[in-house]
Amino acid sequence: MMEKMIFGRYVPADSLVHKMDPRSKLTIIFLFVCVIFLANNWQTYAIIGIYTFFMIGLSRIPARFLYGGLKPVLWLVIFTFLLQIFFTREGTVLFHLGPLKIYEEGMKMGFYISFRFFFLILMTSLLTLTTTPIEITDGLETLLGPLKKVRFPVHEMALMMSISLRFIPTLMQETDKIMKAQIARGVEFASGPVKERIKAIIPLLIPLFVSSFKRAEELAIAMEARGYRGGEGRTKYRQLSWKMVDTLQLVFLAIITVLLILFRS
Amino acid sequence: MKTPIVSLKGVTFQYDGQERNALNHVSFDIYDGEWLAIVGHNGSGKSTMAKLLNGLQFPKDGEITVCGMKLQEETIWDIRSKIGMVFQNPDNQFVGTTVQDDVAFGLENMGIPRLEMVQRVEDSLKKVKMEQFLHQEPHHLSGGQKQRVAIASVLALRPAIIILDEATSMLDPRGREEVLETVRTLKDEKSLTVISITHDLEEAAKADRIIVMNKGEVFREGTPDEIFSMDEQLVQLGLDIPFSVKMAKAFRAEGIQLSKHYLSEEELVTELWTYRSRM
Repeated sequence: MMEKMIFGRYVPADSLVHKMDPRSKLTIIFLFVCVIFLANNWQTYAIIGIYTFFMIGLSRIPARFLYGGLKPVLWLVIFTFLLQIFFTREGTVLFHLGPLKIYEEGMKMGFYISFRFFFLILMTSLLTLTTTPIEITDGLETLLGPLKKVRFPVHEMALMMSISLRFIPTLMQETDKIMKAQIARGVEFASGPVKERIKAIIPLLIPLFVSSFKRAEELAIAMEARGYRGGEGRTKYRQLSWKMVDTLQLVFLAIITVLLILFRS
Repeated sequence: MKTPIVSLKGVTFQYDGQERNALNHVSFDIYDGEWLAIVGHNGSGKSTMAKLLNGLQFPKDGEITVCGMKLQEETIWDIRSKIGMVFQNPDNQFVGTTVQDDVAFGLENMGIPRLEMVQRVEDSLKKVKMEQFLHQEPHHLSGGQKQRVAIASVLALRPAIIILDEATSMLDPRGREEVLETVRTLKDEKSLTVISITHDLEEAAKADRIIVMNKGEVFREGTPDEIFSMDEQLVQLGLDIPFSVKMAKAFRAEGIQLSKHYLSEEELVTELWTYRSRM
């Protein structure tokens, strides 16, 4: 069940977006996050909206997966919406809600900011839904490559990420095993008052920590035995390939940006 | 065959903060192309030996020579490229996120060009019969399969020596047989030297030569036949004698003479069903 929480994110499909290079996807997301702030009227928000839904269409990801990504942040969106509505006091008064006056500007800002949130979440979900974690790691490693010049440990970071990804399922299995062992010894994880339940986590965490440290040590020895001596002089087995689609997508986003600049007020 | 590929001379080792030496003036040779089993109970110093051979630890005293190179800081990476190690826990030596990435890890470290890497990954996975699992993630593999991937990873680096450091102790009997069979075939094919460190005498029985370790010293050295004639002494050292040897002993006690001291289970069966006809 817990495995699904993390790995259920990636939805394999044979779409244009899936085939894109993780580098271009990451760049597009980064630019999109900047560009979205250009939108400030309904025309520009419509452009962003059309762009977002066009990308979703291309990815062929079923809507329920996107909804899954939205659900946890939905409350935040609603909250900001209400905040804007109640606290902006500009423009004409639209209507009275008891003692509160709802202004036109507030209504507008509320909708705009909620939409901004909404589109951002959709686009970032799209990234994780169409790209495997390891692809994202590879993409980040190459994109951040230039930072090596200022001694930023790019390779080490990427290796750490990939090792974490590799060990998540292993540790999940182990957690499950320890949990069963503790249940067999009378620990109750699922019932009782909250305080007791939090206490019950301790006999789960300690063995997990101990074994993780042991794993880390053994892994380090195994890596050294196979000749690992840092990123220097290493070649890469995984290869990223920049295709026509990637260039086209970047050009497409550039066009959208130009449109946004033209239509913003 | 009698040229030493590894030799230890008066090797002494002590872990920090421990009074007793983990290894005490240990000297022996390992010959090119042989299968050597190093046995001993927990704490006999056998695992320490593996770490020393690969330069993961340095001896306090004495000298280790591997493939003609004296083990020291400068030669450590050359020596590591000659020795492949397979460790005990199948999970804790799996570095890559998928089977192919794991095999490629060592190659990446050596800076092998990508095209050659792809070829070597494919070849070595074929050798351990795991080629159809190329994209599989480790948690979908059995222990035996993971150990075979570990062997492939080692093989891809084209070592002269493979050290199995308790590599089968966490596996079920089937996984154990899988792994040992793979190593056996590879050894013959590539004329590798295999050093298997184990407390399983069944496994050691199939080696060319056995070294018994006790309290950080070489207790006895010999062919399996010679070693198993020690009987009770082995039990006193905390080692478990293989079933077939126990049976043979019981037969001998009953006055039934068998041809040699150590017999594998199959040999024992053959000897027993042909016993009458020999009489």
